[in-house]
Amino acid sequence: MTTTNGAPPDAADLRKRVADLVAAHDPATTEQTEFLAARFDAGLAWVHFPPGAGGLGAPRALQTVVDAEFERLGSVPTHRDGLSIGLGMAAPTIVAFGTEQQRRRFLKPLYTGEEVWCQLFSEPGAGSDLAAVGTRAVRDGDSWVVDGQKVWTSMAHRARWAILLARTDPDVPKHRGLTYFVCDMTAPGVDVRPLRQLTGEAEFNEVYLDGVRLPDSLRLGEVGAGWKVAQTTLMNERVSIGGRPEPREGGLVGVVSELWRTRPELRTRGLHEELLKLWVAAEAARLTKERLRQQMAVGQPGPEGSAAKLSFAELNQRISGLELELLGTEGLAYDDWTFRRPEGQDPLRRGAGFHYLRTRGNSIEGGTSEILRTIIAERVLGLPAEPRVDKNVAWKDLPR
Amino acid sequence: MSESEPNLLYSDIEQELRAGVRELLAARCPWQSVLGRVENDAAEVTDLALWRELAAMGVAGLPIAEELGGAGATWRESSMVAEELGRAVAPVPFLGSAVLAASALTAVDADEEVRSLVSDLAEGRRTATLAVPLSTAPGSAFPALVRAGDRTLTGTVPGVVDALNADVLVVPAVGADGPGLHLVAAEETVRTPVVSLDLTRPLTEVRLAGAPAVAVASGDRAVGAVESALVAGAALLSAEQLGVAEWALRTTVDHLKERTQFGRPLGSFQALKHRLADLWVSISQARAVVRNAAGAVASGSPDAPLAAALAQAFVSGVAVTAAEEAVQMHGGIGFTWEHPVHLYLKRAKSASIALGTADRHRGRIAELVDLPPAP
Repeated sequence: MTTTNGAPPDAADLRKRVADLVAAHDPATTEQTEFLAARFDAGLAWVHFPPGAGGLGAPRALQTVVDAEFERLGSVPTHRDGLSIGLGMAAPTIVAFGTEQQRRRFLKPLYTGEEVWCQLFSEPGAGSDLAAVGTRAVRDGDSWVVDGQKVWTSMAHRARWAILLARTDPDVPKHRGLTYFVCDMTAPGVDVRPLRQLTGEAEFNEVYLDGVRLPDSLRLGEVGAGWKVAQTTLMNERVSIGGRPEPREGGLVGVVSELWRTRPELRTRGLHEELLKLWVAAEAARLTKERLRQQMAVGQPGPEGSAAKLSFAELNQRISGLELELLGTEGLAYDDWTFRRPEGQDPLRRGAGFHYLRTRGNSIEGGTSEILRTIIAERVLGLPAEPRVDKNVAWKDLPR
Repeated sequence: MSESEPNLLYSDIEQELRAGVRELLAARCPWQSVLGRVENDAAEVTDLALWRELAAMGVAGLPIAEELGGAGATWRESSMVAEELGRAVAPVPFLGSAVLAASALTAVDADEEVRSLVSDLAEGRRTATLAVPLSTAPGSAFPALVRAGDRTLTGTVPGVVDALNADVLVVPAVGADGPGLHLVAAEETVRTPVVSLDLTRPLTEVRLAGAPAVAVASGDRAVGAVESALVAGAALLSAEQLGVAEWALRTTVDHLKERTQFGRPLGSFQALKHRLADLWVSISQARAVVRNAAGAVASGSPDAPLAAALAQAFVSGVAVTAAEEAVQMHGGIGFTWEHPVHLYLKRAKSASIALGTADRHRGRIAELVDLPPAP
């Protein structure tokens, strides 16, 4: 799958491969799954993945070239709703730690969207302190028997597979007794229940695992190496910035700015001040993300990804608060408390009350803002770690 | 790179230039010598010898065309240099001479006198400044503190930057036929040093009493030249503020790694860590905003006034916070004259007023993107 001289393909070579694929499978008439399958087979799914795993062993930075070229030639975007856990987290972990057989079984249907993935990491007792998970997996011959409860699992009700972090050895310190599995969501004993949130919707689920038998062939990485495998997953969760540039006033700030322009009767002096401060902050955040995108495009990813998540969360929360105040009387009303599963809707189209409530989650999901600040302080600025009481203590002896 | 967004990265050439400037400043402008200079008479604060050395590296003439003695680069490279000058709180006439005066002069029709002045500025043979109060914001009305008569100027301009050691003043003035831009030999004016908050950036009151002047632009051209100088000034000042903020963060992080209290390094306390993390986040954002402004000014984009206003509205606050946090987190030592952090605090706070406060720049943004105030 490399060029004739054995070197990995370059940008020009990749453009030609995209053109050839589009010529053979017209995106306008080819069914989407079929088109994506062809793209996977051509090694143009993730160009930095190895041949056979949807890639060509090319530099990671060239993926943006391939995506842009596909878009230019009229193909569908690959990051479709509901697939982000599979594409962004499961796939890179399977490539890094999976066996040949696992790669062959999972990657292609994951990429085409035929199989949806979810992530069984968080638990009621292990959120930010993920290494504290208590869900047990006990060896029984060629299988593992899993018991426990997971929470905040988006897409579990549609998922065919899950990535699962479970405790296989309670007698060693918490980071060392974990093992990483692929969980079969159709296995007996998997019970998915909707978890209704403060918005009224159920985006997430609780997942109860009761005597779930998983064959050892679904283990990802060594027994006891689960924490290391999970780090790969989490790193990929935070790096997923790329794609196209965002326009000025994209997102919530655009919604509020438009409201300000079109509803002069709502304007007050104090809110004008606040709006301008947030407009400036939003533009700074947008340009920072654009700078990170440009860095990634030339193959120099920076640590600004965690900064982007932190500031995005704070900004969204402040802007949605301003939107509600600006609306006054209308801000006292809520658009819809109906219990439902919000799939594939643009949250910007919901009401101001929903924006305000949903954005409270932005500083909690995918790592709380507090944890991110600690990570920046220790890993980027090199400040000394906080003293810990859970090091070198067996997991079973930790206070819970 | 997309077509609509400026390149927000640093080029390899910029990084090389940065290394050269940083090395020279480390050797010639350590903070101990800056602190020494600010204890001198006002006239000796500015380090003209250092400025000539920097000019010899091409620093003064980066955005100026090669045929005028410049380096034929752009405001992007100049902006990167401004970061280093901020990081060193270097007392050199960069803002007045290499930014405000040079930018105003390259925006007028260049006759022989202007060409020779621009080339002298680029090579560091002479320095100049724009005779407006340093607090003037882009988008303000044309300065009317000076009246133009028959080849003479009369009026008083307070708070002019880099004027005390300047050879030439570029003076906006209003005459019978409207706004104009004039050159005046600095020795023809009465210059009184102002005791300035920023010790490393001396300000001067300039009094013109029938000073002989040469008109170099009039009408819209003069108005445009002053405006473009202020826009470039705001964009470049934000780069300097970024350098100040980066110094403050770096120095504070180093201090908190070293200093021990209650049996552990201060930097291991979460209350301090999180404040530094927040600072690092805003500085990463400031960098993108500064690069955006430099790119917009360099390309003469119609977005330049917005990009410069955004830069001042955002980055000046980041620099002030960084310097204030640095003083606080250094504890008692941070409140002393002997520690350099006060030089940065004074530079940061003064710079947040220079060329317009954040509030003024937000007001400009409101006009430019149509977010009108309440009735």
